[in-house]
Amino acid sequence: MNSIAGRHWLSALVLLCLVALGLGQAWAQDAGASEAASSDQGPALLSALAESSFRDKEAAIDAIAESGDERARRWLESFAEGKLARVKDSGAIVVVLENRGRNWPVADALTLEPAGEISRRELDRVSINNSLRGYLDSTLALIDLRVDDPAQRLAAARDLLGEVEAEAVDSLSELAAAESDPEVAATLEQAIAIARVEQGDVAAVEALSGSLNGQARAALMQASRSDDVALAEAAQAALAESEQALKLNRAAETLYFGLSLGSVLVLAAIGLAITFGVMGVINMAHGELIMLGAYTTWAMQQLLPGQPGLALLLAIPAGFLVAALVGVAIERGVIQFLKGRPLETLLATFGVSLILQQLVRTLISPLNRTVVTPEWMSGSLVINEALSLTLNRLYVLGFAILVFAALMLVMRRTRLGLEVRAVTQNRAMARSMGIRATRVDILTFALGSGVAGLAGVALSQLTNVGPNLGQNYIIDSFMVVVFGGVGNLWGTLVAGLSLGVINQVLEPWAGAVLAKILVLVFIILFIQKRPRGLFPQKGRAAEG
Amino acid sequence: MSFLQSLADRDRVFDFLVPEQSPVDVRHGPILYLEDVSVSFDGFKAINDLNLTIDDGELRCIIGPNGAGKTTMMDIITGKTRPDQGSVWFGSRHNLLTKNEPEIARLGIGRKFQKPTVFEALTVFENLELAMAMDKSLWPTLKARMTGEVLARIEEVLETVGLASLSRRQAGILSHGQKQWLEIGMLLMQRPRLLLVDEPVAGMTEQEMERTAELLLSLAGKHSVVVVEHDMGFVRSIARTVTVLHQGSVLAEGSMDKVASDPRVIEVYLGGDEEAA
Amino acid sequence: MPSSRLWLARPFGERSTLIFLAVLGATMALVVAANLLLAPEHPLHVSTYTVTLLGKYLCYALLAVAVDLVWGYLGILSLGHGAFFALGGYAMGMYLMRQIGDRGVYGDPLLPDFMVFLDWDSLPWYWLGFDMAGFAFVMVLLAPGLLALVFGFLAFRSRVTGVYLSIITQALTFALMLAFFRNEMGFGGNNGLTDFKELLGFDLSADATRLGLFIASGVALALGFLLCRAIVVSKLGRVCVAVRDAESRTRFLGYRVERYQQFVFVVSAMLAGVAGALYVPQVGIINPSEFSPLFSIEVVVWVALGGRATLYGAVIGALAVNYAKSVFTGVMPEAWLFALGALFVLVTVLLPQGIAGLLSRSRQQGSDDDSDTQPDTPTDTLDATPREATP
Repeated sequence: MNSIAGRHWLSALVLLCLVALGLGQAWAQDAGASEAASSDQGPALLSALAESSFRDKEAAIDAIAESGDERARRWLESFAEGKLARVKDSGAIVVVLENRGRNWPVADALTLEPAGEISRRELDRVSINNSLRGYLDSTLALIDLRVDDPAQRLAAARDLLGEVEAEAVDSLSELAAAESDPEVAATLEQAIAIARVEQGDVAAVEALSGSLNGQARAALMQASRSDDVALAEAAQAALAESEQALKLNRAAETLYFGLSLGSVLVLAAIGLAITFGVMGVINMAHGELIMLGAYTTWAMQQLLPGQPGLALLLAIPAGFLVAALVGVAIERGVIQFLKGRPLETLLATFGVSLILQQLVRTLISPLNRTVVTPEWMSGSLVINEALSLTLNRLYVLGFAILVFAALMLVMRRTRLGLEVRAVTQNRAMARSMGIRATRVDILTFALGSGVAGLAGVALSQLTNVGPNLGQNYIIDSFMVVVFGGVGNLWGTLVAGLSLGVINQVLEPWAGAVLAKILVLVFIILFIQKRPRGLFPQKGRAAEG
Repeated sequence: MSFLQSLADRDRVFDFLVPEQSPVDVRHGPILYLEDVSVSFDGFKAINDLNLTIDDGELRCIIGPNGAGKTTMMDIITGKTRPDQGSVWFGSRHNLLTKNEPEIARLGIGRKFQKPTVFEALTVFENLELAMAMDKSLWPTLKARMTGEVLARIEEVLETVGLASLSRRQAGILSHGQKQWLEIGMLLMQRPRLLLVDEPVAGMTEQEMERTAELLLSLAGKHSVVVVEHDMGFVRSIARTVTVLHQGSVLAEGSMDKVASDPRVIEVYLGGDEEAA
Repeated sequence: MPSSRLWLARPFGERSTLIFLAVLGATMALVVAANLLLAPEHPLHVSTYTVTLLGKYLCYALLAVAVDLVWGYLGILSLGHGAFFALGGYAMGMYLMRQIGDRGVYGDPLLPDFMVFLDWDSLPWYWLGFDMAGFAFVMVLLAPGLLALVFGFLAFRSRVTGVYLSIITQALTFALMLAFFRNEMGFGGNNGLTDFKELLGFDLSADATRLGLFIASGVALALGFLLCRAIVVSKLGRVCVAVRDAESRTRFLGYRVERYQQFVFVVSAMLAGVAGALYVPQVGIINPSEFSPLFSIEVVVWVALGGRATLYGAVIGALAVNYAKSVFTGVMPEAWLFALGALFVLVTVLLPQGIAGLLSRSRQQGSDDDSDTQPDTPTDTLDATPREATP
């Protein structure tokens, strides 16, 4: 009873709202129309703009800007682009929508409604020159600085950096003083400071000290070469401050990219750390298991069109399962026959990797597939002007840490982990204590392979998904495991992250390829100095 | 680099021109001398302040429960494991801690492993040939030819270890006991001053054991022999002096009877949780 | 036991070596005769194209012999022998580039085309001397030999063995591939070295030159085989087998294992270099793809298929797989990787002794003489983990 009555009441309310909305809109339209009909100052403003000489056009622009007219922005924008024209016959002002071909589609400047096409010859463009363009830019920015949306105001303020004309400084200062949003205000202050420094104002240099903005530094650079000794010195000091801040941010960025690359390496290598490190099995098809994980992501997105995010989330368990099942098939089909013959295992699994690659080429395509990045993963986290972190990398970094933590938990806290460690240390003894070594082998291999699948899911968000995806990671993965110390998951984590960072640090001065070569050479030398990696297992048992 | 060095080594003549005795100076005391040796693996002290002296020509038996550090001690003497502290001297001239395995072997220390390790793909004959004490640097090895002297030596050892009829067989097909003998034969070929023998009679029949005991006894005097063994009967049959290792250091030392009646030894062997051999 | 005075001549005392040389010589003589004496219309005529193809196979066979020497007898599974092959090839390629002289597209008398294209104004120092055949041929041996010497010195001294060694050899060739892809390296980058005109004054496109290269490849294979055989039957060869099966035992016998490993590794790398050098003028190009890890590991499977530690097995394997590859890539190219992958799996799981193993097994069933003809059965060393380096 109660609920039914409630529902009626609710629908009545909704209806009421709708009616009110409709009425309001109609009224608004009416008001606009009547205003346009009765006292539209538009024609006057526009013809002033069109007919005045270059010298007077600034005044005409100001008039338009200060009119508060809704169409002012559009007019000025069109003017700046050279798309404001007068029809020769009628004298009416139009906005050119597209200035290509013989006949140009135009819109009426007053109504902004499309008004058919007019021959190019019939039109007289409202002429403009470069100094006017500069003036227009700041005027447009001033218009934008008065809108309600703070994000729009911020964008406008950013556009102003380095673009402020000397005459605009005062009006901008008023705006900045009145600005409610602190970020917009700060940006405006900076824009003003840049303009002042350009005019040789020593006092304004202080405001730019340590700034990360390119325009601000350009202004300082200019000032530092000034004849005014005081100004030059102040600017140099401020510039040094900026350099320092910039260097820090660049270092932070390198670190972030390094950690990101490192997290990918960790993800790719951690499964290998289990199969190679714990079981002593060399699985050269590990890279292809990663590839299968990536393709699972692609397949999930094909199955769930329009929901890339959901598909990606579902691909995490699916990718794990697919890779784990293939891994078990490899273990049962090949590896179990090659126990204790590591070199043969290496060769046989390499054969498997060739087959898997070709299978994907034949069944799906030799070309790369596109995996969509869901919206919540695209874009970046802006820290400041010099540093922004891309979200997808941030997610992958987090994912890698999660996977690592989960694996540590499995190895340390579960029955499986205990059994794996027992079998690793002494197979015969573990067996005599009732541990089914074969079952442990299968489960361990499934776990390691599944993690490779997870790596693939993550990688699909960062690189191209193609049949060669895995191949590119197998050598790096082995290097990470060997560098970290075989059989040590922590070692893999540290090795992966540090190799990633080393690679990124080397890249700027060595180039990407040379950096990779240097890292490889470094590891080759390192293994020769410390054959057991960063964190070796010690003792007589480990001597094998 | 090694190649050039081996070229430089070419003027070194074959072994039969080298004096048979390795230049070990034993005039001033024992042939093997371990002092305050300690080594630990990840906090576990495998060897703990070990002191051991072996006289020239002595036959010494070393016993001790599992984990007492017997194999690790052998690893240290032969250069496989570096101790954390202490000193190891071969005669009074050679500091073994500054040398690697091949150098120590060339000085005249031979070792038989706990698990018999022979070259399974090679024949019995070839196994002995490789062990023969002669120039073991690269170039002479490449050019080495079978000489009457080498052949005679190999045949002599084949007779000694009773494998003459199997000399052309691959070592891999030998029985466990035969492999033990082959390994002992390889030791003999090396003509070492000091033999380290780890569990020589494991897997041998009673008869083979007797022969091994005879052989080891006959070696003593000319060579110094250190035997690590679990089989108490065997130890009793050959031992003159017995050293008992426990938790990486010497627990007792003396004649078999004296050691066997030592209450601490009895406790370690019978009262402890380790196996009673 | 062969006991000739000269160690290099010892293999001539072996029946198996004589058979191998006879078969190789006879086959080559037949091919040459069929190419020269029979008219092109004759059904048994062997075209010059085929002769060059066979010459290429012979180079591969020599590379396989080199790999078998270190893998079969020393237990070092090198996944980077393609690097030595390619270095030999580049040394030869640089000589051939200099021989082009001003006949290149840009007609520069000194600089190869790609350098002109990259606006280089002078020859890099490491290109100097390659206009002299003698120098270039020495570099064919020295470049791979030096790399193997340095790499081996570092690896073997630290006692890196087993799969670790395999993986770093793979990393080595991978790093070199990346390096040679760079234009700045001065080896033609992506495209490598090509458009060769002549070798020692002989026109490379002439039939006679191609036949000559084929014969040279065969002779190189025969000599390489003899050298490997001489090493293998020497006492040094037995030390190698000892190292393969029980490395630390060998050390306790007083052998400096790392020197033996290094010697054999360097010899093997030089042989691979020679193979590469003969390969390049026959295919007419050398580019960084020869450094690809896939190629190196493919060589290993030739050896595995033919049978390890036999040397002649490596030759059989190289010829068989490459013939199959030519057939497959002609008929259904996409199936080749399936076949190659399956080959890897089947050989290792079902046929660990390879074709040579099958041959000797059937031979043993025929005769009861089992003492001397047994193949050296490689027992894979279980101790795959490297030991701590002695400080």
